[in-house]
Amino acid sequence: MAMVQPKSARYRLWATHAALLAFVAVILFPLLMVISISFREGNFATGSLFPENPTLEHWSLALGIPYTHEDGSVTQPPFPVLLWLWNSVKIALVSSVLILLLSTTSAYAFARMRFGGKAPILKGMLIFQMFPPVLSLVAIYALFDQLGQHVSWLGVNSHGAVIVASLGGMALHIWTIKGYFESIDASLEEAAIVDGATTWQAFFHILLPMSVPILAVVFILAFITSVTEYPIASVLLMDVDKLTLSVGAQQYLYPQNYLWGDFAAAAVLSGIPITAVFLYCQKWIVGGLTAGGVKG
Amino acid sequence: MPRWMMPPSASPVEPVAGRLHRRAGRLSSVHIGSSPVNARAELPSPAMTRSTPWGLPRPVTTGLRWLLWLAFNAFALYLVVALYVQGQMAFALLGLVVSGIASYLFINRRMYAQRYIFPSVAGMLVFVIFPLLYTVGIGFTNYSGSHLLSQAQVERYHLNQTYLAGERFRFTLHQSPDGERLRIDKGEQGVFVSPPLTGEPDVEAPLSLQPAEAAGELGDALALREVIQRRKALEQWVMQAPDGSLLRLYGLREVAAVEPQYRQDGPGVLVDNRTGARLTADMERGFYVDETGKAVPPGFTVFAGFANFSRVLTEPSIREPFMQIFAWTFAFAGLTVVFTLALGLVLASLLQWELVRGKAFYRLMLILPYAVPAFISILVFRGLFNQNFGEINLLLDSLFGMRPDWFSDPALARTMILIVNTWLGYPYMLLLCMGLLQAIPRDQYEASAIDGASPLDNLLRITLPQLIKPLMPLLIASFAFNFNNFVLITLLTRGGPDIIGATTPAGTTDLLVSYTYRIAFQDSGQDFALAAAIATMIFLLVGAMALLNLKLSKVKV
Repeated sequence: MAMVQPKSARYRLWATHAALLAFVAVILFPLLMVISISFREGNFATGSLFPENPTLEHWSLALGIPYTHEDGSVTQPPFPVLLWLWNSVKIALVSSVLILLLSTTSAYAFARMRFGGKAPILKGMLIFQMFPPVLSLVAIYALFDQLGQHVSWLGVNSHGAVIVASLGGMALHIWTIKGYFESIDASLEEAAIVDGATTWQAFFHILLPMSVPILAVVFILAFITSVTEYPIASVLLMDVDKLTLSVGAQQYLYPQNYLWGDFAAAAVLSGIPITAVFLYCQKWIVGGLTAGGVKG
Repeated sequence: MPRWMMPPSASPVEPVAGRLHRRAGRLSSVHIGSSPVNARAELPSPAMTRSTPWGLPRPVTTGLRWLLWLAFNAFALYLVVALYVQGQMAFALLGLVVSGIASYLFINRRMYAQRYIFPSVAGMLVFVIFPLLYTVGIGFTNYSGSHLLSQAQVERYHLNQTYLAGERFRFTLHQSPDGERLRIDKGEQGVFVSPPLTGEPDVEAPLSLQPAEAAGELGDALALREVIQRRKALEQWVMQAPDGSLLRLYGLREVAAVEPQYRQDGPGVLVDNRTGARLTADMERGFYVDETGKAVPPGFTVFAGFANFSRVLTEPSIREPFMQIFAWTFAFAGLTVVFTLALGLVLASLLQWELVRGKAFYRLMLILPYAVPAFISILVFRGLFNQNFGEINLLLDSLFGMRPDWFSDPALARTMILIVNTWLGYPYMLLLCMGLLQAIPRDQYEASAIDGASPLDNLLRITLPQLIKPLMPLLIASFAFNFNNFVLITLLTRGGPDIIGATTPAGTTDLLVSYTYRIAFQDSGQDFALAAAIATMIFLLVGAMALLNLKLSKVKV
């Protein structure tokens, strides 16, 4: 604790707490509101933060169970939310595994081997990563349209296309893993090679087991990136059954068909797992991200 | 999308690498040379000469390798040739380059390191660089909803057009063991049967009809309902009677004799068989035009030079909205950076204070907006800001008696976007600032306390000057990210309210990216070329930002 404190410190401390609490309240307002709305009756209900007549109508629909009202009428679920969530998770899992595999091997070469064109390739990756894929959507669509005529599981309106398209975004992960590899002393691998291991064996049996933490971080980052990806999936996927959550969710809020309550339940339902994963992992994610800032 | 995963972030990663570099430098005395592994990479290691990783004898694995290589090349070659035959030059070239490099790396032992990086570089090449170049290319053509095909395809389309020339005959559709067959009753000329309708219909190769006697057993005719179901497919087939006349489906019960409408008369010239009128291919407009200059759709894609670019800069109905959107895009990205940084810095400074208890709680609450997936929180705001039953307006109504129309008034819509984006973006700045603040020595604040400085003095004279340098590349990355923040605009306002008097779909809250997207993909638009031209301009801007960022963050490789 600092040795010198101004006299007014105590009042300022209370003011700080008050300001922080007020700010937190404002920040949390939308999140609390949407939870509250998911328990309200109907799609246009208004009211206080704690609903007067809480109902599970929207939650039942979000979980895909038709809801029977008190007057006996039955409402069918408007959209297959759980299917969308499953699509998102499926695509994200496969693409993160692929990204992890490919970016780890690349990062190994960038960190440990010397070859022509290494620096330009690394820098070029960083530069090209800045170009948003939204701008080349016409080309990406055309590319998968062509591919699909020869390889059907890679065509437009297939999950394979979305997975493969995500492989364009590996540069960031390669840099992260490469940085970590460089922080590990190479002498162990050297020793293994002197003892007769191949380069691949040295990489696989020695370096990889030491890098599990960074691999976990990259996996989670790739997973969350893929779940929240919108532009490419919105162009490549068409059938309602094939949509991912990020593309499907907006269908609740079309002006002609405004399902505010149903949306709230679906949003909370699908948002909680992703938020939980992030909060659970944020120590590592944030650590890797801010540690870098400290350089001059 | 939370900021840590933003594509343009050269910087969040770079410093880690940079820092580790210095550490690696310190360790270098341990190394034998800077790249010990590579020294042996090209030589077969003792272990490899004895056995292979799978324990198989060496000739077997070598044989397998070559077999695999041959299979890969055969498949790649097939794909490339198929694309080339279809006239897809760009895609054929892409396939050739990527598979060629792969094949070369596989057989060349000196290319050991490149084999490791090939998959990721290829991914980048195929899904980032190629689409980028392809988009730039489209910007110089007239590719759009009405100019989708190539000239050869349009010519073929015209040559396949037919007109009703003669009599009509009744037909029935029969299910035979080999597939469905048409039975056509040509009255006095006899009854004819088509071969089974299998495979893709091809107008250039008509099906030859044969007399019914030779065709064998046909089975019962299908009901009209089933003919209706197959109507679309049936209409594609052209049949040729033994006397050479062409027949095509006409309605649901009859086929009619048809004649080709055009015949070719030299390259790029078609003559109408009925009227004798000449159509010539206009390579500037991308249409076949008749003598009066009237275009006959469909159009084809032609090279247009800088026409799209000059349209953006000179045509008032495009230029005005473009300039307006351009200015708003800069304002939006700049203001977002300023707001999120200001908020993040103030909060980080407050949390930095030793006397504040419960930091873990505040920190968790404050980064919540960052943890919730952006596509969900943006849609939540879309509902909350709704004019009639959004909770924000209900609150404002009860407090101040007003119900602003957030989605119809341009100024309010922009305010709303900035509010939402600040909510989404400040946690990233908060986290960055919290990390950076720890690097500032505490005694500087003690010294300033002795001199009686206020917290504001501390912020402006001690904290900010020391933060700004390491923050700069991150701020540029954040600016570039928000410059292209497509998801926010698309999910929140879809660009609306619209700009009045624009001929392209343009809204007052559109960013350049969402504007481009709408020109290309919205129903009324489909002007891919114009969208690509604008995208090319954005590419130049983004490229400049990326280079600046790379320079400022002093990336070491």
